[in-house]
Amino acid sequence: MARRTAIVGIGQTHHCAKRDDVNGQELINEAVMSALEDANLTIKDIDAIVIGNMDHFEAINYVDGWSVDGSGAFMKPIMKLTTGGTSGMTIATAGYYHIASGFFDVVLAIGWERNSESDTTAAITTCCQPLIERDFFAGAIGPLAAEYTNYMKRFGATEEDAALVSVRDHNNALNNPYAHLRMKITVEDVMKSPMLCYPIKLLDMCPRSDGACALIYACEGKAEKIAPKPAWVHAIAGSRDFVYMGEPFQREEMFTLERASERAYKRAGITNPLKEIDVMELYLPASTTGVKWMESLWVCGRGEAPNLIRKGVFNMDGELPINPSGGPLATNPIGATAMIRVGEAALQVMGKAGDRQVPNVKTALATAFGSCSWSDVTILRDTKP
Amino acid sequence: MPEGKPEVLFEVIEKEGMLIQKGRIKVPYTWAAGKIASRFLIGLRDEKRIYGIRCPECKTVFVPPKKLCHQCLAQMSEWVELGDEGILETFTIVRYSEPAIHPVETPLAYGIIKLKGADTGMVHLIGEADLTQLKEGLRMKAVFREERKGNYLDIKYFKPV
Amino acid sequence: MERAAIIGIGQTKYEKEKDGIFAELVYEATSRALDDAGMKIKDIDNVVTISNDFWDGRTISCMAVADAAGCHGKDASTVECDGAFGAFYGLMRVLSGYNTTLVVAHSKVSEGNPRIISNAAFDPIYERSLGLDAISSSALQARAYMKRFGITEEQCALVSVKNHKNARNNPYTQLPLDITVEDVMKSPKLADPIKLLDTSPITDGACAVIFAVEGEAKKWAKKPIWVKGVAHCTDAYRLGERDLTYSTALESAARKAYQMAGIANPSHEIDIAEVYDAFSYMELMWYEALGFCGKGDGGKLIESGKTQMGGELPVNPSGGVLSAHSVLVAGLARIAEAALQLRGEAGKRQVPGAKVALAHGINGVCAQQHCVWILASEK
Repeated sequence: MARRTAIVGIGQTHHCAKRDDVNGQELINEAVMSALEDANLTIKDIDAIVIGNMDHFEAINYVDGWSVDGSGAFMKPIMKLTTGGTSGMTIATAGYYHIASGFFDVVLAIGWERNSESDTTAAITTCCQPLIERDFFAGAIGPLAAEYTNYMKRFGATEEDAALVSVRDHNNALNNPYAHLRMKITVEDVMKSPMLCYPIKLLDMCPRSDGACALIYACEGKAEKIAPKPAWVHAIAGSRDFVYMGEPFQREEMFTLERASERAYKRAGITNPLKEIDVMELYLPASTTGVKWMESLWVCGRGEAPNLIRKGVFNMDGELPINPSGGPLATNPIGATAMIRVGEAALQVMGKAGDRQVPNVKTALATAFGSCSWSDVTILRDTKP
Repeated sequence: MPEGKPEVLFEVIEKEGMLIQKGRIKVPYTWAAGKIASRFLIGLRDEKRIYGIRCPECKTVFVPPKKLCHQCLAQMSEWVELGDEGILETFTIVRYSEPAIHPVETPLAYGIIKLKGADTGMVHLIGEADLTQLKEGLRMKAVFREERKGNYLDIKYFKPV
Repeated sequence: MERAAIIGIGQTKYEKEKDGIFAELVYEATSRALDDAGMKIKDIDNVVTISNDFWDGRTISCMAVADAAGCHGKDASTVECDGAFGAFYGLMRVLSGYNTTLVVAHSKVSEGNPRIISNAAFDPIYERSLGLDAISSSALQARAYMKRFGITEEQCALVSVKNHKNARNNPYTQLPLDITVEDVMKSPKLADPIKLLDTSPITDGACAVIFAVEGEAKKWAKKPIWVKGVAHCTDAYRLGERDLTYSTALESAARKAYQMAGIANPSHEIDIAEVYDAFSYMELMWYEALGFCGKGDGGKLIESGKTQMGGELPVNPSGGVLSAHSVLVAGLARIAEAALQLRGEAGKRQVPGAKVALAHGINGVCAQQHCVWILASEK
């Protein structure tokens, strides 16, 4: 039986395009110290550590061992997890299981990336099967563009609907001191920005960032002593149902997000997500996904999302605020991005989200996306499961 | 059409009906050293000096230096000039050749040298030495390259004195 | 804490160069583990795969094996460490609400250049440019250890002789050899004091282990092998910051695992051990940190014969890592072999009457990280 586990501390760096004033271990340490300070703990209170990034962005093998100076892992147990874009949530999830299983009481989870250190597209391309995909594949954006073109055709969604998502997230980021891109923009700004891959334009796409995020998990019994309002983990579910880049696009729906959210809702006892969830931090790699994927979170029917977006349902003052932090469109250190979703969701539940706080959050949801369209979902609440 | 040989996109080997495709991952990287490592590397390049750093809590002097003490997780800022001599703690003579990573031809020797004033050992190459006469306890001295660029190999090697 | 057991084991044959792609190796090991347990893939409710992006030559290495590992429709995760560590994560998940966890590791060391890949573990800002790799760095550790305690190359060679001989009883392993100490001493020098026959080979392979929570374990075909203790620990990163002559990280992990398992006197209470002997000297070092003998007495222990087949505490009846080294898989294979021993299914390599086994995995340069498992045939 799983022990009840909560997030009791969150730390992150001030994400930006390039942190060339610090090396990787130092960047990690900033997030670690920030999380420890947030929880009013020292490294001595940490029983185990989990860490990850996407290897080929920094070309450091055995990052767990390398990280010791920054992560504080000396003479402690540390292990590394990596699953592409979903890594941040994979690592956060591991933090949870380290405790839920009963082996450890207080665990530090670290996600980090220094995307400035490499050619992002060149590194991502190595995920393609060498014999049948690698020489032809062109990066993450192509499939997302094709997905939205199809969606526009089927349901009459527009480029402006995607632009509304971009405007929402970028403007939300103005309230987030940690966000990389903090820009006041309009739909017109998005529409005029350079076309990358039709219909996705520059301001529709997530940036590459350098940054780190650290979460501290604690077991029931200790969590309540560490944080006045811990963010309790109620459900975690994932779907990695595809292997080749072409597979997900045989389906018109965002298959993995539907399977993962279904399972997570069942585990958390949620039947009407639009009503029962107070805030969502979604891994949106492009604004277009902020339109199309909403139906896959079961907050509306097929093709209905543009209507909700145009009505402002997902804005800060709407019924279900999405990405108060600005989301990945504002900040994207890939190995950390999914963990930042969990961390931001936790901040909302704990009432510590400062200027980006949504009032009265009881239930928060975070998602992760990556690889060939894999999804993970985490649900946090302010009450124990 | 440019003259000369056509560019080979794939190199495929066939072995008993199975195809094997050769490839090489080439992704360019730039690694930021951070302030502490930068100071150390600049010390090698511009001053031909080796600097260590001392932890304010456990007082360990580390070389090469780093910002954080792994034992205390404390930030370090107290620089210690170490001189260029030390004792050989352990070594090995490498006899296989791997040009992709070896900076010099084999046989080559690595050693861990405890510089005078340091509490940690420095791993580096050994040069100007009769490799059959290497032993623990030898006094070693750093030899700097003529042309230095601000990297770890600005020290060419340590030689026995 | 609830109890959990190993209920399924599958290994491919470990070979120098296997024809299958990663997914095929994973499918083979997974299928064997399922058959072993009498299960179908639908009986598995979550999966942990183990792979490394460098060794696989691709980012998101877990992507290539997701279907072969049966991840479809299930929660799954991926650990990028030696399999012994990944298996620990699988164990955690099965103790947190899942009924069964499949853990599967793979690597094809033959497909990459191990020197470049292991060189990438070194700090790009400092030591990487020296061109150190797994062999040359381990040689520094070997020499430091041997010098401090007067361990001889011949004593290390005894490990190679023992393990390659044991390998003759293991149908899965790669290098069963009938060699002598003289053969090892005469084998080509790689990085002094490490010679070719002191070194593990290049190996392709995969291994799968299925864990079940106590209430589920008895449903399946095989006698459950209970996990009594497991722990891991990490040393400092830089070689110059570590005591290369003795592994305090292994001592710490072992102490924790022994405590969990209620073991006070390891060399008497453990019947068989599978340890990670990437190099011959390492087995001697691990004897000491595991408490099988005193500090510095690893050479004496191998000479005593106690760790031979038929001795008081046989170590590496499978032939160990010296006989097959599929990186990342090898630690999981140690767990698999230990479990087979406790089931009484180890065939010609069986240690008679084995009831308590130790399995060990390492990760990182000069075994910076260690993971220790204690398994038992009784609860």
